[in-house]
Formats: sequence, structure tokens, C-alpha cells
Amino acid sequence: MSQILELAQTKILEPAGLAQADLDKLFSQLVGPGVDYADIYFQYSRQEGWSLEEGKVKSGSHSIEQGVGIRAISGEKTGFAYSDELQFPALSQAANAARAITAQGESKSVAITTRSSDDKLPRLYATIDPLSTLADEDKVRLLERVEQEARRLDPRVSEVMVNLAAVHDVVMVARHDGKLAADIRPLVRLNVSVIASEGDRREQGSFGGGGRYGLDYFSDDLVNEYAREAVRQALLNLEAVDAPAGSMTVVLGPGWPGILLHEAIGHGLEGDFNRKGTSAFSGRIGEKVATEQCTVVDDGTIPNRRGSLSVDDEGTPTEYTVLIENGILKEYMQDTHNARLMGTKPTGNGRRESFAHLPMPRMTNTYMLPGEYDPQEIIKSVDKGVYAVNFSGGQVDITSGKFVFSASEAYLIENGAVTKPVRGAMLIGNGPDVLTRVSMVGNDMQLDTGVGTCGKEGQLVPVGVGQPTMRIDGLTVGGVQV
Amino acid sequence: MSNHDITQKSETDTHPEKGEAALKELAEHVLDTAKRLGADSGETAISRSQGFSTTVRMGEVETVEHNRDKSLVVTVYFGKRTGAASTSDFTLAAVEDTVRAACTIAKYTAVDEYSGLADPDRLATTIRDLDLDHPWDITVQQAMEIAQQCEDVALRFDSRISNSEGATVSTHRGTEVYANTHGFVGATSGTRHSLSCSVIGEHEGSMQRDYWYSTNRDYRELESAEAVGQTAAQRTVQRLGARKIKTTQCPVMFEAPVAASLLAHFTRAINGSALYKKASFLLDQLGNPIFSDDVYIGEKPHLPKAVGSANYDSEGVATEDRDIVNGGVLSSYVLDSYSARKLGMETTGNAGGTRNLYIKPGQHDLTALLKEMDTGLLVIELIGSGVNNVTGDYSRGAVGYWIQNGEIKHPVEEVTVAGNLKDMFKRIVAVGSDVDTRGNIRSGSILLEQVTIAGE
Repeated sequence: MSQILELAQTKILEPAGLAQADLDKLFSQLVGPGVDYADIYFQYSRQEGWSLEEGKVKSGSHSIEQGVGIRAISGEKTGFAYSDELQFPALSQAANAARAITAQGESKSVAITTRSSDDKLPRLYATIDPLSTLADEDKVRLLERVEQEARRLDPRVSEVMVNLAAVHDVVMVARHDGKLAADIRPLVRLNVSVIASEGDRREQGSFGGGGRYGLDYFSDDLVNEYAREAVRQALLNLEAVDAPAGSMTVVLGPGWPGILLHEAIGHGLEGDFNRKGTSAFSGRIGEKVATEQCTVVDDGTIPNRRGSLSVDDEGTPTEYTVLIENGILKEYMQDTHNARLMGTKPTGNGRRESFAHLPMPRMTNTYMLPGEYDPQEIIKSVDKGVYAVNFSGGQVDITSGKFVFSASEAYLIENGAVTKPVRGAMLIGNGPDVLTRVSMVGNDMQLDTGVGTCGKEGQLVPVGVGQPTMRIDGLTVGGVQV
Repeated sequence: MSNHDITQKSETDTHPEKGEAALKELAEHVLDTAKRLGADSGETAISRSQGFSTTVRMGEVETVEHNRDKSLVVTVYFGKRTGAASTSDFTLAAVEDTVRAACTIAKYTAVDEYSGLADPDRLATTIRDLDLDHPWDITVQQAMEIAQQCEDVALRFDSRISNSEGATVSTHRGTEVYANTHGFVGATSGTRHSLSCSVIGEHEGSMQRDYWYSTNRDYRELESAEAVGQTAAQRTVQRLGARKIKTTQCPVMFEAPVAASLLAHFTRAINGSALYKKASFLLDQLGNPIFSDDVYIGEKPHLPKAVGSANYDSEGVATEDRDIVNGGVLSSYVLDSYSARKLGMETTGNAGGTRNLYIKPGQHDLTALLKEMDTGLLVIELIGSGVNNVTGDYSRGAVGYWIQNGEIKHPVEEVTVAGNLKDMFKRIVAVGSDVDTRGNIRSGSILLEQVTIAGE
């Protein structure tokens, strides 16, 4: 048995007095005629947060959540129940409730001779508890240092807020087919927000990062860079002029602007929407949906990235999935349920916010591979347009394909040169069509710094994005200047 | 299934007072533990809820989800240092660990002279019956039938309705207890039921989706399955053939369900924590005109059966009916005890936010308001959160209808509406009588005289 599985059992099963035989009993209740798939997902999660404002770490919080989610699937039907009590009677009750969806039929005992787990699975992050990788007084000092650095940089910095979060997540999933998988997932994040004031004007800037590391990831150099970036953005916004309104050429910078791909392309390629035929991309595998320069992947296998997982929440190892290759739509992202119904294989994208939520196809790290252009050459090619390098978030309507993403740092491009900064504006476009307008892809592919959280049907999961500099011929910029 | 239904019923039938008593006892235990561990004062919020939801899609049951959640949050004060912790495990050992974790954190946080419990003389003493608890004695099977009927009406509504995201029925009941070391302890039980439907229409190769929902604390006041299904389908069909419009400046009407979002941006800007951090575009505006002259905004926290109703806020302070904007002038902020102390003011009983905030409706319904607008954009859905609370800059994606001569001309998509909220609030020229009462903010449709639309 793998070390991670042993650790997970010690953390979750043993304190509740549960043994392998209890899992067998639960599967006997869950599995019967008509049940195609069943799983039991155990989770123990500990989180800590510290926040600084007005120069003081005024508050900290700590939370522990544990529980089990039990699911039985019959055809397209899913029965689901969860419990935050791990004792056998609570589990048994949850199993009965989940099983009820398959209606009639006696449950019968299933003989699972051996539960197997894959010991050879590559592990993408250390099995650490990040909460204990730094002493509490040092966490406080870290936040204070970041604050001091931000204030030191410019006297116009009037407010500084710093947040530090650490999560220790232990999960174990047992499936009706005997598969057993466990994962220990550290996750840390540090964020700096500043407000800069000059005269009557106040503007904000924020920056941060993190990943599947211990808190020692936040070296002095790194957090000083976060502070510098946040301050730079706030000061820049003090100079910003109104954004233009209307359709124009837009150049997106590398890295975090990849949320374009997440919203415009990614969600529409999730298996559930495509099985149901509700996505603007439904039934379009093999079609040209982008210019030839565009190759987009979802890659859950990058070590230590915020969106990475050694195994997904159904025990499937994550993959490097090519979604669009040289402009052609290749594959959807799948969990086991939607893959089975679509007659394809799961791609390691079955994710859930917690034991209390049903898994769904979700993205991991979604990015575009580098192209051939020098980023400077791309800027030079534009007579009049907008250069957007930082964003605060986005959203998409899967069915109509319309998506938005909100620029927090952007500039005008005039006669091939980046000129004035413009105030924040929404960019809006049509998912299936936006990549067909990509005329230049840069050679400067970057991943984001580790701050993304994606929401779908009310469930939040950490994700990553990335891209090289990219020129889009015609995207609507939602400014006020007509 | 039968086994399971019995379980649901027997639990639903549990007398609420009994559940409340157990949580109150646990709250006392938490506060005793905090004191034993050396805390000078403390407060705790404990909640427990259960229910289920079921979704039917294309006539077949798709999911049945059983929810059962509980949570305990404790905040401790050592002098003027604060620590907080939470857990979902109510065993005595876990509760002890949680209180201890909060105490540990309080060792490292800074002295903050404004921290602490609410003043004892502001704590609620009158507890009205707000009529919030209406358990729905419904089996999973019956819920499935309602969802099925709702979706069926939507699917048959029009031949262009081609697909569905399903219809969902959900019912939940919860109990919340708040207690602090001033001796305050309060318990509230309440229910929330809802019925929703989302369908997809197809026309000339392009798809549109829209939805409708009804939600209420009393299941008897939910809209019928037919009504929800029909409205969902009607809204979807109306969106077919949507197109971009040219970039322009024109009057914009926010339909009631999205108009509430404008008020949410406003309350965020007058919230104490944004004000003392100077992270608001409405700093030092008390007594100043913020909205056009006719606008009245207030709060009614004691409306029977309403979503936001409560006798006290999340730190035990008595809630009351109050004015926030009168004649367009800002008359009060939204404060809890901490932000009030920071600002040298008194709490407004808004720890945890506003409760049943509303903008006074006008005399005319949406149809009449569209006539008044004559030409412009009616916004029915907004996407993306492009609102800057520090500057008031506003830019969001919109879906809606182009209105000409007071009538719908064609559906519109892939455009943005943009401006600055400070200007937009002053450009409100009318509020409709078509108040949407489903949420914690109640608003009729809101007409703004001029906003920038970015499109082609």
C-alpha cells in the first residue's frame, strides 16, 4: 500500500473506527442491479487564514471540515448523500439515500476481493501540511514585512491589505470497481491589495500567488515582488484615462490573461455540457474553431501548480489533454460519469469542491502553447487598439458562447506603441469565434502566478491558466469613451 | 426509496424547539470552554441544516442530493486580541480543539482597540415571530413529480425549445444559534424552498438559454410548476435571434431581477468595512445627495416570511426598520459594531449585511416604463463582475432587448453597459412597481437616463 494511502487511512478511517470490511459493507448496500458506478469520497480538510489591514494582523481563522460523500449512478441518474459524521451508521444511512435513485431491485452483496491502488502514480507535490510549515509568529511577521515593503515603495500608498491562506486537504476515494486512491494536497496563497491616493483620486492594485507548496514558498524576494506589482498597478491606475467603447484590435499580455481561454473555450469543452448538447461547442469535435497558430491544452500534471492534482476526485490520474490542436477541436474534458455516457475515457478532470458536492468535469491548468512572434512585434503591428495585461475575473454563458473578462490593467496602443493606461473595462466576445480572430501568437508563454479560483454550479475549485502574448482582431471593449 | 422517505419525514417532523435547545446548550459549552481557556469574552454561531434537492432533465430524474450540514464558529477575545476558528465536527473533543485553535490565534494577532463584542445595551431583547419556519412535508418522489411537470410545460411551450438544463425542486430547513458572553443567546429556525427551470431554445443554428425560479420560506407561496416552466420557456424563446448593436449612449432599463444588483453595489460602498479602509467610492457622503431626488432606500428586517428577516444581526444587535436614502440623500451607512467604533459612530445593526433592503417602487409597471423610455436597452441579464468599489467604475456584459417606441424590437447580446456608479445613481429616472421579492434586496425595474453601450 502506498504511503499516501496509509496516511489518509490514519487520518480519516481510523479515528472513525472504520475498516476495509466496512467499505465492503457500504458497497454491498450501494451496488445492485442498475447501478453502473458508485464511489465513496472521504475528506479531511484543515484551513488557516491570516489577514492584515491598517498595519496590523487583526484577525486569523482556522477551520476543520471532514466528511464523506456517497454517490450511486444508474444510467444518467445520480443519487448523492453526504455526512459530516464518519461513524458507520451515518455512512450506511447516506449509502441508502444515494442508492434510492436506482429505485427497484434488491441490493446484493458484492465481493471485492482486493482493493487496489496505484503505487507508481507520480506525485506532483509534497505530502506536507502547509499550516505547520511556518510558525504562527512567522506568519504574522511575513504579512507585516509585505505591508512595510508596499508602504516603502511610494508615499501615495494609503492602504495595504495582505491575506495569507493555507489548506491541508486529505482525500481518499473508494470505487465500486475496487479502485482505491488517496491524495494529500497542500495549497497556499498570498495576496496583496493596495490603495494609492493622490488628491481626490484613489485607485487600487492587487497581486498575489501561490501553489501546492508549504508556506516557505513565500520567500522575501517573491513577496516583495507581489508588493511591487500591487503598488505599480495602483499608481498606474492613478494616471489612467477612460477606456474606449466598441469593437477593436486587442492584444493580450502573457500569463493571467489566459482566463480568456478558461472562459471562452474551457468551460464550453467540459464533458457534461457536451453530453447534454447545451454547449456552443457541442458536436464540433474535428471542426476548425481557431486559427492554425492556436493549440490549447488542459494540463493537470505540472508539479506544484495551483490547478494540478496527482489524481482527480474520482481517483483518475490527471492528464495533459490537447483541447485544440493547430486550430482544430480535438477533445472534451471528462469525468467518469460523462465519459461513460459519451463512450469515451475520463481525462482526469473529475473534480468537486468538497465531500458535500458532486464531482463534475472541471479544468485544471488551461493554457495556450507558444507561437512564433516576438511580443514587441505584435504590439508594433497594431495601429489602434488596446493592450490588456491584467484581469480581475470572467464569466461565460455556455449555451450562447458569450463570455466576458474584466481588465484591471490595460493601455491604449497607438501607431504600434503602448501609450496611456486606461481604466478597467470589460471585454466581451463569442467563445466559438474569438480564437478564429487570433492573428498572432507570441513566443513568450507564461503561466499565471497561482491565484485562480473557478466557480461552476456554485462549486469553487482552484485552477491555473496561461498563454503567450496574443493579438485578437476584433473584440468588444466595454469602456465609456464612444 | 420508501426507506429513505421515512427517514426524511421523521427528521422533518422533529420539533424545532428541541433542535434549538440542543444547539443553545452546545453554544453555552463553547463559551464556557473559551473562558476556561482564559478568554475574556467570546461569541459563537452554530448552525445546522438539512434538506434535499432533485433535478429532472428531459423528463428523467437526473440527480437527487441529500444535504445535511452543520457548522460552529467561535471568536475569542483576549483583551483586545482576536482569534476565530470553525469546525463541522460537534464532538466534545473537536469543539475543545476548535476553541483552543481560536485561542492560539489570539496570541499572535495584534492589539486592536476597536475589537470586541457588541455593546450589551444594543442586544436584541424583543423577539418577534417572523413566521420563517414552514417545513414542507414532501417526499423525494413528490418533488420529482413537481420538477417533471415544470420541465414538461417548458419543453412543450414552443417548438423552438430544443433542450433543457432541467427543473429542480429543493427544500431546506435550518436552525441557527448565536450566543455571546454578555449572556445573549438567540435561536432561529427557518425554511427555504425553491423551484427552478432552465431550458434551451434553438433557432437558425444558434442556441439561447434562460431560466426562471420561485423561492419562498413557505412552500404554499411558491409559484406553480406550470408558471415557472412557462416563464422559463417564454424568456428563452424571446432571446432567440439575439444580436449585437452598435456602440451608443442611450437610456437603459435594468429589469427588476437584475436591478437589485445596482443596490448591492451601493450597499457595498456604504458598508463600514469598505469605509474605514477607504476602499469605497462613497467616502464621507453622509448627508449628501447620492441618488436622483425621488429615490428612497430603506430596510425592513421584520417582514414576515421574507428571506432576509431577522430579529437581530450576526452579533446579536437588535435590527430595526430604517431609512438609508431619503430624497436621494444618504442618511445612514451600513455598520457593525467594529466598523462603527472605527468610524466613531454607532452600529446600525448590520453585522452580516442588510436585511430586506428595498428601493421604494414607483406607480408604473415595466410596460409603462418602457413607453416612458421610448428608445433604449432593456437589460435582463448581466455577466461578469466588472465593478470597482474604490472608484465606482462599472462595466458589465449584458443581454437584453432593444426597445423602440416603447416596444421590444429584437433581443441583444454581446454588449457591455458601462459608466461610473456615482453618475449612474444620479441618472435613475424611474423605479417600476414590478418589485421582485425573491431576494434579500427588493427592487422594481430601474430606468437610467443614459449609459454607454459598447457593441459593434
